[in-house]
Amino acid sequence: MISQFFILSSKGDPLIYKDFRGDSGGRDVAELFYRKLTGLPGDESPVVMHHHGRHFIHIRHSGLYLVVTTSENVSPFSLLELLSRLATLLGDYCGSLGEGTISRNVALVYELLDEVLDYGYVQTTSTEMLRNFIQTEAVVSKPFSLFDLSSVGLFGAETQQSKVAPSSAASRPVLSSRSDQSQKNEVFLDVVERLSVLIASNGSLLKVDVQGEIRLKSFLPSGSEMRIGLTEEFCVGKSELRGYGPGIRVDEVSFHSSVNLDEFESHRILRLQPPQGEVRLTVMRYQLSDDLPSPLPFRLFPSVQWDRGSGRLQVYLKLRCDLLSKSQALNVRLHLPLPRGVVSLSQELSSPEQKAELAEGALRWDLPRVQGGSQLSGLFQMDVPGPPGPPSHGLSTSASPLGLGPASLSFELPRHTCSGLQVRFLRLAFRPCGNANPHKWVRHLSHSDAYVIRI
Amino acid sequence: MPYLGSEDVVKELKKALCNPHIQADRLRYRNVIQRVIRYMTQGLDMSGVFMEMVKASATVDIVQKKLVYLYMCTYAPLKPDLALLAINTLCKDCSDPNPMVRGLALRSMCSLRMPGVQEYIQQPILNGLRDKASYVRRVAVLGCAKMHNLHGDSEVDGALVNELYSLLRDQDPIVVVNCLRSLEEILKQEGGVVINKPIAHHLLNRMSKLDQWGQAEVLNFLLRYQPRSEEELFDILNLLDSFLKSSSPGVVMGATKLFLILAKMFPHVQTDVLVRVKGPLLAACSSESRELCFVALCHVRQILHSLPGHFSSHYKKFFCSYSEPHYIKLQKVEVLCELVNDENVQQVLEELRGYCTDVSADFAQAAIFAIGGIARTYTDQCVQILTELLGLRQEHITTVVVQTFRDLVWLCPQCTEAVCQALPGCEENIQDSEVDCNSPLLLEEEKDMAVRDRGLFYYRLLLVGIDEVKRILCSPKSDPTLGLLEDPAERPVNSWASDFNTLVPVYGKAHWATISKCQGAERCDPELPKTSSFAASGPLIPEENKERVQELPDSGALMLVPNRQLTADYFEKTWLSLKVAHQQVLPWRGEFHPDTLQMALQVVNIQTIAMSRAGSRPWKAYLSAQDDTGCLFLTELLLEPGNSEMQISVKQNEARTETLNSFISVLETVIGTIEEIKS
Repeated sequence: MISQFFILSSKGDPLIYKDFRGDSGGRDVAELFYRKLTGLPGDESPVVMHHHGRHFIHIRHSGLYLVVTTSENVSPFSLLELLSRLATLLGDYCGSLGEGTISRNVALVYELLDEVLDYGYVQTTSTEMLRNFIQTEAVVSKPFSLFDLSSVGLFGAETQQSKVAPSSAASRPVLSSRSDQSQKNEVFLDVVERLSVLIASNGSLLKVDVQGEIRLKSFLPSGSEMRIGLTEEFCVGKSELRGYGPGIRVDEVSFHSSVNLDEFESHRILRLQPPQGEVRLTVMRYQLSDDLPSPLPFRLFPSVQWDRGSGRLQVYLKLRCDLLSKSQALNVRLHLPLPRGVVSLSQELSSPEQKAELAEGALRWDLPRVQGGSQLSGLFQMDVPGPPGPPSHGLSTSASPLGLGPASLSFELPRHTCSGLQVRFLRLAFRPCGNANPHKWVRHLSHSDAYVIRI
Repeated sequence: MPYLGSEDVVKELKKALCNPHIQADRLRYRNVIQRVIRYMTQGLDMSGVFMEMVKASATVDIVQKKLVYLYMCTYAPLKPDLALLAINTLCKDCSDPNPMVRGLALRSMCSLRMPGVQEYIQQPILNGLRDKASYVRRVAVLGCAKMHNLHGDSEVDGALVNELYSLLRDQDPIVVVNCLRSLEEILKQEGGVVINKPIAHHLLNRMSKLDQWGQAEVLNFLLRYQPRSEEELFDILNLLDSFLKSSSPGVVMGATKLFLILAKMFPHVQTDVLVRVKGPLLAACSSESRELCFVALCHVRQILHSLPGHFSSHYKKFFCSYSEPHYIKLQKVEVLCELVNDENVQQVLEELRGYCTDVSADFAQAAIFAIGGIARTYTDQCVQILTELLGLRQEHITTVVVQTFRDLVWLCPQCTEAVCQALPGCEENIQDSEVDCNSPLLLEEEKDMAVRDRGLFYYRLLLVGIDEVKRILCSPKSDPTLGLLEDPAERPVNSWASDFNTLVPVYGKAHWATISKCQGAERCDPELPKTSSFAASGPLIPEENKERVQELPDSGALMLVPNRQLTADYFEKTWLSLKVAHQQVLPWRGEFHPDTLQMALQVVNIQTIAMSRAGSRPWKAYLSAQDDTGCLFLTELLLEPGNSEMQISVKQNEARTETLNSFISVLETVIGTIEEIKS
């Protein structure tokens, strides 16, 4: 049971504060929370903190702190899940989650909280149930534009393509039940994978981990059955075998409780009865580790020359993109921590659209776009100051200087899934009366979670 | 907007709220009210416009109504007399044809939190319980709990309780769950809502109709149900099976806990469930949400305490990535330490070695200590890595490696040889660096350990028992087969099953003990260092043992706080003003080193105020200690010439026999052990 809920800006200003039970100190707890959080030593976890019989549990989301207090020994899993759900819900209703949108929509947020929690107990968090009760309309800062390129991330990646999905349409606020429904009928189905990889300094692969999700956003006015066909060779677990090829294999799958799996065993079809109106849900989650069907998207070949005597450090990085030649990676950024106090940088880059700079003790190499099959390189020279070591001898000659590496890459791979999983089709078993066919957007995207290469 | 003091703001808003032109324009009226709410959120005192807000509640605009009710619930405790004026409107709304309005009004009325409101809400609540709209029934059911708590310690209304029990059969799943919550609060004194067989099975059958929050909560309520037979038990477990596969981590963990508790007599069922929860836990460990990831890691460690091999094949999942926050990396390193086995030791050490040169010195230190921990089992590989690290000639690394070697030699005498062999080669390096002060320690025998460390060392030996201590200290060469402070025996699942899916694993058991003690005593200085930190050089004692360290001096709910050094003056004054609460004589023979005693006492948080020189007779020492409730213990130790006894006198500033006895037993243990050691 929750005593209080509040949202703080990244600077600790209270944006929302609600006391559900009136049993605890009052509103200065928000300030107390922020003080405790900022005063915490680095090795202690801020996730759960304690003060005078009260537990603070919080998540950070979009630069905001969403915090609950409770005096009971609650389930941390449920509470964190609730906080994430609240973040999604507020984002859905306000259009996006951020300091600006929250403070513009204070009334809406309170209205939502009032329906979601009563006396500190969760009542419902389902978007479509809440729609019946929410009366306030979201205040948005600017009108939606189909070609708004400013939104980044999942949908931003696609806008640079010729076949554009309306980038901001999927981030428009949920509309209350009484507002007019004249907008387009649209369904978004996204297969999103997060890739985390660790490569040893000798190039051997230490770890691959893919976390995937199929997300549905439906703005259809009337709901009836929806069928999602997945790759037929989709296998779950190490032992299952399907089709004649190597198959698409994942280790674990879980489905949203509303998914009907009658046709899953036979045809890999998910049936879904989305409730009426706007729906946002994660249809399926899956994960796989170690065996990827396709080569890794990037290989990095670093070579480091380090003259301890003069403090001269030369790093040559060659980056090869192993995607198919018709695919490409976007917003590629390489981050390489450097020894403390590195001062100068001279660079030679293999193409003009790249950029590299020294920032916060690290080298940042930006490659806006990398075509599959291509190879890019950069040569960086730096000076590492400090007392010149004795002429190198013994154990330290070969080693690169302390503090160099590991390199980490971040990127987005539009229209690519690392697991190979594809949505074959998305069928809607209904015709909205009088309206044109609904627009269906099926998109695939992989992005890096942690792609680390030891130097 | 120009900056206005809160008085000016209130004045301005008051004017706007009274302005008939604004009142006539729905949107403008609503906007002014929104501004009031916004200031309220920012912490400005808006109670000054209460009257105007009460007036604004009489409206057909439901958005405005909601805002006004929110306002009233916030300020009603400050303005109870004015809030009563709003009751009329609220009561009227409670019989509105629109169920949403009825529910809103009832919810707000029950949340007014002011004295005297009970008499007004009782009837609307009773009506609400029988409302045809489930939305209103939900509100009314929780309203019962609100009403009960408003009364304070009033007696339980039997009729209402019966009505709530019967509403457990309501069609609406949220009404059912709210009934459980409400009954739990109303019946708190009697131990909460009763889950008997019919109710338990009714709830189990309704589970699939509930949403994830309801499911998680019902799973928690079911923990208190005791199946009547083995057959029933397994029926229930079968029903619960599908919830282990839920996509909600809260439900999966709730179901896991219920399995663990129900199957407490069936270890194989418990193991089986822990195998099944592996997938969801690992998924949570690599979740996008750091917070969830952290909580999952804490639970992984909990499971590893009982099933050390449980996650060994998934060791890669616990490799750290560069961008993770510190507290997650530290947890992962701990997990890696605990799951290491013959198959993965090479890869795990390789990984940990990478962390040792991390830019963050704290993280590097944790990784080095972790390697030191693994060295107790895989000595050669680890010592080699540690030796190579010395070659980097980095001050912060060298210091920690030297410390790790020292700890290793102490804790794990069979490693001595490997360490000694490793050292000569890098002696030069150590002496080269600026921190050579520690190095001689390594190369000499235990008897020359620094005094402070010796105290620590003896104290740790106390944990293993007197006989082993004698063996180690009395034999010139340590027994190489003796594994000192090896990980304690695997703990049975049942020892922590009730802590699973609670905050206990997240805080750590030691920290949790402090917290619950604070809560019990209603007295707590949160700024005090955590008690676990008294195990001064942390890494020596892995988390597990820390808990044990704590348990030892802790018998009988005594918690001595560290670093409460009194001044000699203050001690003297207090000493003279108090009467002796306890006097005792312990056998004591021969010579000893007072420093050893002082250090051993210090580890259990007993400070030495003054002490005679070694060998002098009579020999005296004055000690002080303080527990977490502020109770002081002052002690005099006295050795008379020619006497083979140590006289102990203890004074206490609050007469509490129980804590006094605990304190004395701690003191006895320490003195007894020193005596044993030297004899």
